Amino acid sequence: MDDNAIEAEGLVKQFRGNVGLAGIDLRVPAGSVLALLGPNGAGKTTAVRILGTLLRPDAGHARVGGLDVVARAHEVRGLIGLTGQYAGVDETLTGTENLVLVGRLLGLARRAARARAAELLAEFGLVDAATRPAATYSGGMRRRLDLAASLVGRPRVLFLDEPTTGLDPASRVELWAAVRGLVDGGTTVLLTTQYLEEADRLADDVVVLDRGRVVAAGTPDGLKASLGGSALELRPVLADRLDVVATTARDLARGEVTVVDGAVRATVSDPDVLPAVLRRLDEAGVHLAEVSLRRASLDEVFLSLVDTPSRVDPTPRTATRTGSPA
Amino acid sequence: MILTSTPTRSVGPLTALRQAMTMAWRSLLQIRHKPTELLDLSVQPVMFTLLFTYVFGGAIAGSPGAYLDFAFGGLVVQNALFLSIYAAIGLATDLRQGLHDRFRSMPIARSAPLAGRLLADVVRQLWSFAVLLVVGFVLGFRPDAGPAALLGAAAVLVVFTLAFSWIPVWIGVLARDPEKVQVFGFVLVLPITFTSNALVPLDTMPGPLRAWVALNPVTAANDTLRSLLTGTTPLGPPLLATLAWSAAVTLVFATAAMRALARR
Repeated sequence: MDDNAIEAEGLVKQFRGNVGLAGIDLRVPAGSVLALLGPNGAGKTTAVRILGTLLRPDAGHARVGGLDVVARAHEVRGLIGLTGQYAGVDETLTGTENLVLVGRLLGLARRAARARAAELLAEFGLVDAATRPAATYSGGMRRRLDLAASLVGRPRVLFLDEPTTGLDPASRVELWAAVRGLVDGGTTVLLTTQYLEEADRLADDVVVLDRGRVVAAGTPDGLKASLGGSALELRPVLADRLDVVATTARDLARGEVTVVDGAVRATVSDPDVLPAVLRRLDEAGVHLAEVSLRRASLDEVFLSLVDTPSRVDPTPRTATRTGSPA
Repeated sequence: MILTSTPTRSVGPLTALRQAMTMAWRSLLQIRHKPTELLDLSVQPVMFTLLFTYVFGGAIAGSPGAYLDFAFGGLVVQNALFLSIYAAIGLATDLRQGLHDRFRSMPIARSAPLAGRLLADVVRQLWSFAVLLVVGFVLGFRPDAGPAALLGAAAVLVVFTLAFSWIPVWIGVLARDPEKVQVFGFVLVLPITFTSNALVPLDTMPGPLRAWVALNPVTAANDTLRSLLTGTTPLGPPLLATLAWSAAVTLVFATAAMRALARR
């Protein structure tokens, strides 16, 4: 068997004429984390539901752990854990009862199921809430219980559909830590998210989906480097030297050059141009008050890739979409 | 601890049964956390029995005692039908909360979630039937039935209500909303039990209504229960009609419900 825990080729799914997935390929090496990034309606959940055996693709194939998700769905289910967008816990039952239920369904004896439940409750900081109905839990606690329920069977592959949507920042960080812990233990994780920061923090690889298509794929750093380039900003001490600075930047940087608020901004694909720019300006006798070169954020990469109405926003630099699931 | 990360091919019938029983355990566990449901299962049958026996009994049958002898079988069926929506309410809640997706992504029998709900309903039905027998006894109803007839009555109740519960299950799958299932309970169960011979004898009703009441499957179930509990009326025809109706309703609505459930 090969080393890919998840493989998908040409997955297509339509819903009453609407395109859910328009043919996507995915490859997730065992033990790594893939983030499916995209706006609402991009097809992230559809992809997870197909890979998690909840939905049949109209066309294409997918394998999890080397097993076809349609033909050998039952065996695939023995390998995976799935945490959906809506916490899949029984709200009337306590935390312990929820986890014992899952354990018993997976064939654990009563005592073993109880032991596994206690273990997971401890791991996810839910010991104090173990005997309370899940309905009394906070959003973050419910998510953790949901994640714990997915882990009762020690899955090799874990699917997390927007695991932190609706969580406060502290709960989000806790959940990230939990996921990282699992990955350290060898679990393969595929998560969907609208949060670029989440993809950046957790994922080894990112696949950006838009309207059911893969519009970009790579490592978070690779995406930033290849698509966003770096942003160079040069601010001369004297405003009347702006022209010289702009000309120099235009000569050396290939991207667009603009003059804003007494500073020259340029997009450069190769960070090595910085020494050359500085040498040239030094020779021209221009004194700089401020120099900065920073890698484009994933936000900028994301916005440049995803064709959404928000791109019409006249100030795309300040319009970060990370915090607001539209 | 060795757990289920090793793939398994499929689920055998014994494993499926065990998983359904685990699901039923969970369904009954919910009662412990929502004790109001136990009131539904216990107080409601007591209230209906008292109400009809003492408020309407004298007017309909001359005396509460005579009425109870006539109506007890029908009250049992009516109560059982009111309880037949629990499986559907539970299933609709699971669908809505995303729990059903968790179950479907687990290596368990496809039938387990629903089978567990239905099994739990059987327990509810038996409990409620027992409560009614005690209440009836206290009020003076003396079933002229041996253990075999009582068991038979319980079996007929279970078969009839399980068949009937496929209708709310179907609605629950389509609506995915427990409240809609509850509303359904009133708009279907109330008229269908009141337009049977559960509470009032058939021959007091006007012609067209009588035709419907005679056809009504609930009438067949009432007569079966009456026969088994009192032994004064024939058993064969109503029993056959009840079983035929149960089979027909199951065939139609179980198919529809399973199809709707698979289509999600």
